[in-house]
Amino acid sequence: MGIKGKISNLYLVAVFIILYAPIFYLMYYSFNSGGAMHDFEGFTLEWYQEVFADTRLLIIVLNTFVIALLSAAISTILGVMGALAINHVKRRQVKQTLLTLNNVLIVSPDVIIGASFLILFTIIGIQLGFASVLLSHIAFSVPIVVLMVLPKLQEMSPTLIDAARDLGASRWEVLTKVVLPYITPGIFAGFFMALTYSLDDFAVTFFVTGNGFSTLSVEIYSRARQGISLSVNALSSLLFLFTIALVIGYYFINQRNSRPKGMEVRK
Amino acid sequence: MKQLVRMFTAVFLVAFVLIYVTFQLNSTEGYSSGNTLSIYNWGDYIDPDLLKQFEQESGIKVIYQTFDSNEAMMTKIAQGGTTFDVAVPSEYAISKMKEENLLLPIDHSKLSNLKYINPRFLNLSFDKENQYSVPYFWGTVGIVYNPKLLGGKEITSWNDLWDGDLRNQILLVDGAREVIGMGLNSLHYSLNDTDEAHLQEAKNKLNALTPNVKAIVGDEIKMLLAGEEAAVGVVWSGDASEIMSENDELDYVIPEEGSNLWFDNMVIPKTAKNIEGAHEFINFMLDPEHAAQNAEYVGYSTPNEKALEYLPEEIAGDKRFYPDPSVTDKLEVYDNLGKRMLAHYNELFLEFKMYKN
Amino acid sequence: MQNKTRNLYLIPYVFWILLFVIAPILLILYYSFFDIEGQFTLGNYTDFFSPVYLTMTLSSFWYAFLITAFSLLIAYPTAYLLTKLKHKQLWLLLIILPSWINLLLKAYAFLGIFGTYGPANALLEVLGIGAKQILFTDFSFLFVSVYIFIPFMVLPIYNALEKLNPSLVDASRDLGASSWTTFRRVIFPLTLDGVKAGCQAVFIPALSLFMITRLIAGNRVITLGTAIEQHFLVTQDWGMGSTIAVFLIIAMAVFMIATGNRRRGI
Repeated sequence: MGIKGKISNLYLVAVFIILYAPIFYLMYYSFNSGGAMHDFEGFTLEWYQEVFADTRLLIIVLNTFVIALLSAAISTILGVMGALAINHVKRRQVKQTLLTLNNVLIVSPDVIIGASFLILFTIIGIQLGFASVLLSHIAFSVPIVVLMVLPKLQEMSPTLIDAARDLGASRWEVLTKVVLPYITPGIFAGFFMALTYSLDDFAVTFFVTGNGFSTLSVEIYSRARQGISLSVNALSSLLFLFTIALVIGYYFINQRNSRPKGMEVRK
Repeated sequence: MKQLVRMFTAVFLVAFVLIYVTFQLNSTEGYSSGNTLSIYNWGDYIDPDLLKQFEQESGIKVIYQTFDSNEAMMTKIAQGGTTFDVAVPSEYAISKMKEENLLLPIDHSKLSNLKYINPRFLNLSFDKENQYSVPYFWGTVGIVYNPKLLGGKEITSWNDLWDGDLRNQILLVDGAREVIGMGLNSLHYSLNDTDEAHLQEAKNKLNALTPNVKAIVGDEIKMLLAGEEAAVGVVWSGDASEIMSENDELDYVIPEEGSNLWFDNMVIPKTAKNIEGAHEFINFMLDPEHAAQNAEYVGYSTPNEKALEYLPEEIAGDKRFYPDPSVTDKLEVYDNLGKRMLAHYNELFLEFKMYKN
Repeated sequence: MQNKTRNLYLIPYVFWILLFVIAPILLILYYSFFDIEGQFTLGNYTDFFSPVYLTMTLSSFWYAFLITAFSLLIAYPTAYLLTKLKHKQLWLLLIILPSWINLLLKAYAFLGIFGTYGPANALLEVLGIGAKQILFTDFSFLFVSVYIFIPFMVLPIYNALEKLNPSLVDASRDLGASSWTTFRRVIFPLTLDGVKAGCQAVFIPALSLFMITRLIAGNRVITLGTAIEQHFLVTQDWGMGSTIAVFLIIAMAVFMIATGNRRRGI
């Protein structure tokens, strides 16, 4: 195992280095007194001070989180329902059609989604702003949740459900005691993917936002016109450290509390 | 299951706490007071201090939103669903918006500072008598180049770009009118030419430029040129002055064959709610001192004659950014060529981008 | 009994499909029959079959294929090795985490990293290879695209590997199969669903990449997504943009059916 283990560790380390390289690059230059993402001139905390002085920016960050959390949670619920629905369908054709429709939003370029949602919202008469952005984020996150949950459902053997039924479990009990625990890893994966989509989205939000409501990616995009200000770097670094602390903290607390259950699926 | 319930409860709880905090922040900042003015401008196209000053003087809270292209802005305004009280489109967008009835007329009697605008920037073809628009900034399209990287070589014309020594050295701005216009200008045709033979000739000429073109990029062109990633760039004058303030090796030239003269203007979209406030804001920006402060911050050229007196001589006297009328007379403003022709320009530009030699 | 449950789940989901999938598709289909001046036309469809758009389609598919292949090549071992780690769930989260940082910012970082005076070139200098133009090449475009899509490929493969029954692998080993044979005959086939899901999550969005085609490839690479973005945002030729979108949706459907699951085992 020795050499092999080393090589595989090396491989993982390389992957992680590459994944985090641009982020550390951003963080490094957030301390640059030179004011640009090249030519490091000297150390400064100026950009961090600027972030905390900018209330509008803070509001936008909070908006971004609210949208991401709410849309991820709601779309996860919707997506799980969708996956259950698709899983229940027996006819192959119907299933395939549903799946294809499901994936339309994943594959459509953001610009189209944005433009068509914009038209849609104006037809329905929804004011552009918080509601329209939240709705769109829910809308485009649902399919990815379905895709994450469905394989788990399909791998679950039907005998499991039959057994539960035979033992006299009600439909609700089957769902909450058998099905949901089984697909929990898929649900988590879906939730995190939805969160990722929401935090990452620029184009759709750009179209459907209005009336003073803005999210971080839209704000960054519009600030990019003068070359990205390093205060955006500073902000991203802070957010990044915050999320990483959160994720690690959550993971270990979770592990201590519920040792065998949940995340750790049966071996 | 417990784990799921716990997580979802936590998520919703956190979200509602955040909503509450945002709400509190919004109201302490005055965004929900009702007396607001919504401004729709290009990103980073105003000195934020001026917005603060305006808020203090007028008691109106400004909601500042940005767009990155005239087209995106027009789509938003045409669709409704938003209230924008002031927007800052370019001249060709104004004639389009006029056609589509997206603008409200401007009441000149409320603009006491309009008199400071140099008359040569008023009453232009895209908006006769400035019924709907007031000039905000103006500028040209030209070439930024780095003599150090070019071994002291000087560039004065579009045709200099076809020089074989510039292989892989040119960055172009991602705009169909600008690039096709450059091709047309280099052949001494008009920027607004619609003759198919001329356009094809221009495209073929541009194809020949491909080996010299390193990339066709957007706003990041400023960062790339300032970082000496390439020696030559075709850019708007305002961008040029920003790049040059970051890297003083660089120089800017308005090509001798002619080029584009452009204007960004303040307008009141039909979606406006606070029309009174919009006029107040426009007049505030027309004030010479404010205009000068804004021009110094943004780096673009102000059309405000009186503001030039407040600007340092090295800015106001810089002929590259405040060219004499004798130079600007040779330049052309983009005409509204109509949707079909514009689409054709874009098609040609797309073909140029896809051309592989 | 089963019918009832199914209907209950279907209601919200179908409502979502109607509102946010069918309605937009119909809008797009509707727009694709109008030219730039709002006249009814079939011209957009004939235009799509002109050499310009056909070349673009071909090159989009080619790049999307390369991106998917490289993502798979890198993501599969990553996912596999992750499942062997102690705190694997945590590591998996750490793979996803970078995608929470704004893409535009990361693209700007890559501009710096790959730039003439950036760390990538500095590294090449140290290795004695000498500075190269990395930015605005196919390489940088593929690299950054793969970078973006890695998490989307790792996740489904990881899930598939997780549900793999380890006793199957042990059995194969016990029967004397080499690691490679075990992988080829046992592990890979059993994780094929994850691979497919990953490919779907990468290939199709890769067809419609934009923004980084400009930022990282300097418009040297034009994908269908770029063209759509241009038509919607710049030319305002929503008809042509919609037509390309219609083709993308068709391509997606075909791809989904081709990689679809013939039979659901176990």
